[in-house]
Amino acid sequence: MQKKKGPLLVDARGNQVNFNPMRDVNLVRLFVFPTIILLIVINIFPLLWSLVLSFTDYSARLQTEWGVNPEWEGTKNYVALFTNPDIWLKFITTGKYVLMSVGGEMILGFGLALLLQTKFAGRGIIYVLLVLPMTMSPVIVGLMWKLFMDPNWGMFNFMLGLGRIDWAQDPARNLYAIVIVDIWMWTPFVMLLSMAGLSAVPQYLYEAAEVDRASWWFKFSRITLPMTYPLLLIALIFRVMDAFKIFDLPMGLVGRGSGAPPLLSMEVYSQTFMTWRTSYGSALGYIMLIVIIAITSVLIKYLNKAKH
Amino acid sequence: MVKKFGDFTAVKELDLTIHDGEFLVLLGPSGCGKTTTLRCISGLEIPTSGSIILDGVDVTDRRASQRDIAFVFQLYALYPHLTAYKNIAFPLKAQHVPKEEMDKEVDRVVKMLRIEHILDRKPKHLSGGDMQRVALGRALVRHPKVFLLDEPIGTLDAAFREEMRTELKALHVDINATSVYVTHDQEEAMSMGDRIAVMNAGVLQQIGEPHEVYANPVNLFVARFIGSPGMNLLACKPETGENGQLGLRMRGNNELLELPGTLQQLLKEKVERDHSLVLGVRPEDTTVHTAEQEHSLAAEVYVTEKMGSYHIVDLSYGEEIVRARTSAYVDMEIGQNVRMSFDMGRVRFFDSESGQSIMN
Repeated sequence: MQKKKGPLLVDARGNQVNFNPMRDVNLVRLFVFPTIILLIVINIFPLLWSLVLSFTDYSARLQTEWGVNPEWEGTKNYVALFTNPDIWLKFITTGKYVLMSVGGEMILGFGLALLLQTKFAGRGIIYVLLVLPMTMSPVIVGLMWKLFMDPNWGMFNFMLGLGRIDWAQDPARNLYAIVIVDIWMWTPFVMLLSMAGLSAVPQYLYEAAEVDRASWWFKFSRITLPMTYPLLLIALIFRVMDAFKIFDLPMGLVGRGSGAPPLLSMEVYSQTFMTWRTSYGSALGYIMLIVIIAITSVLIKYLNKAKH
Repeated sequence: MVKKFGDFTAVKELDLTIHDGEFLVLLGPSGCGKTTTLRCISGLEIPTSGSIILDGVDVTDRRASQRDIAFVFQLYALYPHLTAYKNIAFPLKAQHVPKEEMDKEVDRVVKMLRIEHILDRKPKHLSGGDMQRVALGRALVRHPKVFLLDEPIGTLDAAFREEMRTELKALHVDINATSVYVTHDQEEAMSMGDRIAVMNAGVLQQIGEPHEVYANPVNLFVARFIGSPGMNLLACKPETGENGQLGLRMRGNNELLELPGTLQQLLKEKVERDHSLVLGVRPEDTTVHTAEQEHSLAAEVYVTEKMGSYHIVDLSYGEEIVRARTSAYVDMEIGQNVRMSFDMGRVRFFDSESGQSIMN
C-alpha cells in the first residue's frame, strides 16, 4: 500500500489517521488552545503565584533571591492584617461605598428603565445619552469629574447652588464624591439590564392583572418586580463585584494622597506599589477575593432560586 | 362601535346586543375583528367611536379594572411565578379580600373545576388543559358581570378540545353567567353558542341561533364559513324551459334543473329575468345516485373523503366541485359517472353580485 503524504496521527483504536486541520474537532482546538495558554500565562499563574507570595516577605522592589526575597513566612502577613486596627476601617468604608453606590444605581437604574418603557418622542436620543457614561474609561471619568467638582471653578457646585465645597479633596466628602460619580457612570448598566428584564414580561400579564382589577402598585409588586427579579439580581452581582474592587475611578477623582478615602483596593495599591510590601498587598488582595466570592456566591444562590 | 388601528379599521360599525345569561359566540376567520370586539367589551381596547353599555351603564371610558368583567385569554396568561392556587386567588388578593373568604371562594371554584390536586404547581408544570382550568378558575373566582373568552381552547389537541367544550358549556349552564366566546372554529361555535355572531373583515355578517345561521345563511360568506364542509355553491340563472316552467340553467354542465312550484314562485317574485344567481345546498341535502333520476344533474366522482361514520363525496360538476355527504357504506369509484339531486326544500339562493341571500 502506498503511504499517504502528510503527518500521521493515531486514533483511539490505534489506526493511523491523517491530521486534517479543517476537521471540526481540530478547528475547535486551534481556537481554544491559544486562549487557554494566554489565560494560564496572564491570569491563572499570577493568581496562584501571588497566593504563594502572600505567605512570604517578598518585595518586588528588591532583587529576587530564593530564600531571602522571597522568604517563607507562613501566615505572618495575614496575622498582621487582621491585627491591624486600621484594616477594619477600610473594610467598613469599602462596604459603605458598595452599599451606597450599588444601592443608588439599582434604584435609579430600575426607575429609569420603568420610565423608558413608555414611548415618547426623543426616547432614542435620551436612551443613547443615558448609556454614554458607561462607555467611558473610569480614570477619564474620574479626571473629568475632578474638574467638574472643583471648588473654585467646577460646574457641579454652581449648578446645585452649593457654594465652595471641595468634593474631591475633603476627606469627609470624597467618599460621597466617588459614590456620586460611580452612580452617574454605572446606573445605565443597571438600566440596560432592567430594560431587558422588563421587556421580557409579556404584556398580556398586565392585561390579565388589569382585568383582575389590580392596582398599579399591586401589578408592580406582584408581576413587574418578581418577573424582573432574576435580571436585577444579575445586575446586582455584577455591580457588587465591581464596586468592591473599585480603584481606577477614585484614583482619577481623588488621587492617592493622604486624604484619599480608605478603600481596600487603594490600600492594596499603596502596600504593593508605594511601600513595596508586595506580599502584604497580595495577602490583602486574597482576603478581598474571598470576601467578593463569599458575597457573590450568596447572591448567585438567590439567583438560582429565582430561576426555579 | 368602530375600532381603528391607524388607517386599518378592525371593526366597522358593529351594533350588537348580548342578552343577560346568554352564551354568545363571536365567530369568524383570523383578522375578522372578533378578538378586537371582545377586547373593546373588556376595556383592554378603547373603541374609536361608539359606546359600550354594560348592564345599562355606559362603560366606554372606563378601564378594564372598573368594568367588573372576567377575561380568559387565548394563551391563558397565567402568572408564571405563582402557583395555581395563587393564580386563582389573584383577583381576590388584588381586591384585598380577607384570607378566610378568599380560601372559601378558591375552594368553591377548585371543586367546580376538579383541580384540587394541582393547586401548588406553577404553570410550567401544568398540562394545557390544567392551565386552561386554572385560567377559568381565575375568572370564576369572582362573580363578574360578564365572562369574555378569547379562543380559550384553541391550543388544546383535538380530543381534549371536545372534552373542554362540553365542560365549558356545562359550566355555563351551571353558573348561568353572560358569556362572550370568541372562536374561529365553527364547529365549536355551533356546539356551544346560544347565539352565534358571524364576523368577516370587521363587519358583522349574521347573528342568530346556531341552527338558523346554519340553515339560512344571509350571504355567501356565512354559507361558505359555517358547516364542515361548507355549503355547495353553484352558479345558475333562472330560465323558462320548453314546458313553460321556470327552471335553473346551471353553469356547471349547462343543464336545466327543474324547480318545484314554491321556488318558481319565489324566483318570479324576487329575481329579475336573466339575473345570475348562486344556488346553495348543504352536502347532507345533496344525494348521489348511481342510476338515472328525475330532477338530477350529471356529475363525476372526483374524490371520496372517508370520515368514518360518513363519506364526503366530491363531485366535479363542470368547473365546480359539489360535496355530498353519503352513508359510510356507499362505495364510489373515482371518475364514475353519477347523478346528483338536491333537497329542494332546503336549497338557498343568493344574488351572485351582492352575495346576499334572496330568501328573506
